[in-house]
Amino acid sequence: MNLTLRVWRQPHPTAKGKMVTYKVSDVSPDMSFLEMLDVLNEQLILSGDDPVAFDHDCREGICGSCGLMINGYAHGPEQTTTCQLHMRSFKDGDEIDIEPWRSGGFPLIKDLVVDRSAFDRIIASGGFISAPTGTAPEAHATPVPKKDSDAAFDAATCIGCGACVAACPNGSAMLFTAAKVSHLGLLPQGQPERDARVIKMVAQQDAEDFGGCSNIGECSAVCPKGISMETISRLNHDLLGALRANAVPAS
Amino acid sequence: MAISGILMVLFLVAHAIGNLHVFQGAESFNEYSEWLREFGEPALPHRTLLTLIEIGLLVSVVAHMWSAFSLWRQAKRARPVAYVTKKRVQQSYASRTLRWGGVIILLFIIWHLLDMTFGAVNPDGTDSTPYDRLVASFENPFITAFYVLALVLLGMHLRHGIFSAAQTLGQTNKRRERLLNITATTFATGLIALYLVTPVAVALDFVN
Ligand code: HEM
Ligand code: SF4
Ligand code: FES
Repeated sequence: MNLTLRVWRQPHPTAKGKMVTYKVSDVSPDMSFLEMLDVLNEQLILSGDDPVAFDHDCREGICGSCGLMINGYAHGPEQTTTCQLHMRSFKDGDEIDIEPWRSGGFPLIKDLVVDRSAFDRIIASGGFISAPTGTAPEAHATPVPKKDSDAAFDAATCIGCGACVAACPNGSAMLFTAAKVSHLGLLPQGQPERDARVIKMVAQQDAEDFGGCSNIGECSAVCPKGISMETISRLNHDLLGALRANAVPAS
Repeated sequence: MAISGILMVLFLVAHAIGNLHVFQGAESFNEYSEWLREFGEPALPHRTLLTLIEIGLLVSVVAHMWSAFSLWRQAKRARPVAYVTKKRVQQSYASRTLRWGGVIILLFIIWHLLDMTFGAVNPDGTDSTPYDRLVASFENPFITAFYVLALVLLGMHLRHGIFSAAQTLGQTNKRRERLLNITATTFATGLIALYLVTPVAVALDFVN
């Protein structure tokens, strides 16, 4: 396959960026999208140019670092991560626009790489349980209803990739925060901090430059893990409950 | 957003039903209008009920607009650099037109008050009964077209608004989502149809 790529190039955060056109040839349909970018970068290095900076780590769809806006779709035309997207989803001769996530909460570092530490700060504000460590407790000691454990596991599959923010017309991080709030809120271990957790995580989310949620649903439609809109309702349910109970976040 | 929206929906239901008095003739319609003003008299002062409704509506409208404006401002800040290429995946027309649709509905409400309540822009002028004003407006095809446009927009606004309010109040889940979507569409369509019968009836000369 021969492709024409238009890639966002920006040497550093304050520089003015622009779309730059590159041609790549002999792309195999079995390559992943990132391998195709590797081919482009080899080409650029050989010709003495600066390779395109893009984020990646596991390349197996579980770390969440490889987010790219591909032809206007977060992670490209399939509902998966960019690393799990294969070139067979494209045709010979295609033109492909590649842009970084655009969000006030994700400042750009270089080319296609953005800083997603806003997500880490949201997690750090309450996405955990305080439990003494030690030997793993006997699993049967704390029964969890099947329905709850299924829903908690569904929410827990969020890999923090940021596609939800990138695709949302409001630039809201609600789906991410909701996934993190509700997977702990559904489990017995998450109960002691349930009220404080939702209040603190929503407050941290609001402190970052993300937009507000108006339930448009683009997030869930592009989420590689299929996190559902239900989690957002769950977050709101917990938040209203916590506010009504006048919960004060523990220090 | 959700609470003020729900208050306005309650008004819309009452208003749609009230409008149906038009089919009982001019007298009944004008009496209904009088009744709105005389409710509770002499125990309550003139216009108590109507004034209360008006205050409730005004507060809701301002709260709703304020929330919408904050969301819009936040969204601007949240995407300082626009995408060169961005495509829609599943968002509905209704959810995308919420903000501008809301602005148009607001303009409609202002026009509508000047038309039906005050008569300032009404073909029959200020010196007429509510019934005459209604018939006079809907005998004009341009005014009628504006009403129909605003009502269709309002229907879409409600369609997404009802779903969104249920989400915001934490009342949705996967199982309920389908039912909720059907309910929202049915309710919005039904309510708008209820409003639309009046202009249609005037246009077809059932009401004159
Ligand atoms: C075909 C549709 C409609 C008809 C025939 C209609 C008719 C009327 C009439 C005749 C009045 C004056 C009543 C009186 O003075 O006693 C009125 C008032 C009003 N209408 Fe409508 N209306 C329609 C749709 C709407 C819609 C869609 C909205 C809101 C989005 C709306 C909002 C109002 C408001 C806020 C008032 C003023 C109430 C008050 O004085 O406190 N109407 N309408
Ligand atoms: S909710 Fe989905 S799209 Fe958003 S960060 Fe988690 S995995 Fe990515
Ligand atoms: S590189 Fe880890 S999810 Fe794509």
